Amino acid sequence: MKEILEILEGNARLTAAEIAVMTGKTEKEVRDAIAGLESSGVILGYRAMVNWDRTEREFVTALIEVRLTPQRDKGFDSIAERIYKYPQVKACHLMSGSYDLSVVVEGSSLKEVAMFVSEKLAVIDGVLSTATHFVLKKYKDGDIMFEGTEKDDREAIVL
Amino acid sequence: MKSPESFVRDEIRNLPPSGIRKYFDLINEMEGVVSLGIGEPDFVTPWRIREAGIYALEKGHTHYSANAGIRDLRDEISSYLKRKYNVEYSGEDEIIVTVGASEGIELAMKAIIGPGDEVIIPEPSFVAYKGCVSVCGGVPVSLVLKEENLFKIDPAGLKSKITERTKAVVIPFPNNPTGSVMTGSELEEIVKILRDRDIIIISDEIYSELAYGFEFRSLATFPEIKDRLILVNGFSKSHAMTGWRLGYICGNADIMKHMYKIHQYALMCAPTPAQYAGLEALRNCDDEVAGMRAEYDRRRRYILNGVREIGLKCFEPQGAFYIFPNITSTGLTSDEFCEGLLRKEKVLVVPGTAFGECGEGYIRATYASSMENIKIALSRMERFINGL
Repeated sequence: MKEILEILEGNARLTAAEIAVMTGKTEKEVRDAIAGLESSGVILGYRAMVNWDRTEREFVTALIEVRLTPQRDKGFDSIAERIYKYPQVKACHLMSGSYDLSVVVEGSSLKEVAMFVSEKLAVIDGVLSTATHFVLKKYKDGDIMFEGTEKDDREAIVL
Repeated sequence: MKSPESFVRDEIRNLPPSGIRKYFDLINEMEGVVSLGIGEPDFVTPWRIREAGIYALEKGHTHYSANAGIRDLRDEISSYLKRKYNVEYSGEDEIIVTVGASEGIELAMKAIIGPGDEVIIPEPSFVAYKGCVSVCGGVPVSLVLKEENLFKIDPAGLKSKITERTKAVVIPFPNNPTGSVMTGSELEEIVKILRDRDIIIISDEIYSELAYGFEFRSLATFPEIKDRLILVNGFSKSHAMTGWRLGYICGNADIMKHMYKIHQYALMCAPTPAQYAGLEALRNCDDEVAGMRAEYDRRRRYILNGVREIGLKCFEPQGAFYIFPNITSTGLTSDEFCEGLLRKEKVLVVPGTAFGECGEGYIRATYASSMENIKIALSRMERFINGL
């Protein structure tokens, strides 16, 4: 199970037949395992890793530190849910330390992101404060280096 | 007057030039070659090791080290061998850090082999053994390993090669180029033959970390031969550190003190920053090594399945990162196969004959290459074979 996940996490386009060969399992075993992982919510989806900086698309990303007042019985969950349900929010984590939620927001301009924070995030009941940090450059994300990948410069034959 | 070349010793002049020279020339004229001809990891050295190397430079560790290697590293090698293989060598006087395992092989040969001494070398195998023996004026005695024995040493075959002049035997498993391995019980049979004979055993265990589906056993775990065993290992294959040139050699202190002199005069010491990187490699990189091994294992199964589907006969290799398919069904010689495959389909594999005459009928392909490369190479190889 773990090995199939590791393989798919590295390359989701491998077929069940290929994974079967790589792991020494039968194709059916792999197919069933993957189906099980999908239905139990371990595998949530398959997607391309896109470096949008290499495209024409104009966008900005911000990391927002949000401080909250926890609510009776619900802790931080219900406020977090009100935040992460916005499609502009690309990631949301509950953190230890000096703030509570780390929220990644994407928008087409600085202004759009700033407006989203002031008009949508900051006004939610229970939100004490926000601090917005704009991302200048993405070096690595999802285990993939966006910059400075290493080329294979080995000699063509080595005995 | 004598010609300049005539000053070169006979043993050196008579060394055969590399059989793969022409492939270098061919690929120089070609674009888009996919090479499965490289005997080194495709992984770059894990970052934490590189970072330790950089830090060593920053701290100014740029001088000669102790000839045998920095003491911390020797002690770390000692505890690594104990932890991994239950092998005991003292960092005090039984371990020398070498410039790659290849220096280890050379040290062993230079210390042990003199004119006329016979050294039994299983073939096909890594080219340096034979060359080193010849350089020392010794006589390499080829012990042909056979596909029907899964390219393992068969005890009777070994016995038949032993003469009064046999000074040493090389045991190179997991093996380059075949990927063959010897299990603990198979090694026991070899040990039974060697334990009562005055023969030095050079065990090249450079691929010890790359064993799949069985537990690697070091020959140094056999007490009955340990005094006459020289263990060669290093960082190149296990930790993807080929370019750092870092290896080590272990043995009985009374042999080591003499090898030490050769090492001292010729090399002084292994590169010092590399030794600090090696320290980090042994202390903190078991996970990285395991990760690389798991990846090689997946590719191993994939490429083995691939060559068999193409119609080539191939035994299952369980070590290193090579497969050694039998190509006799194509009607081509190893050299014809490799040259044809390169010219027509731009895929580079190495003829088995590069590893000894008995490699005829085989090719070596490495899976120390990305899965994408392996896929492309397999599909081109299939087209090549179908077009014959």
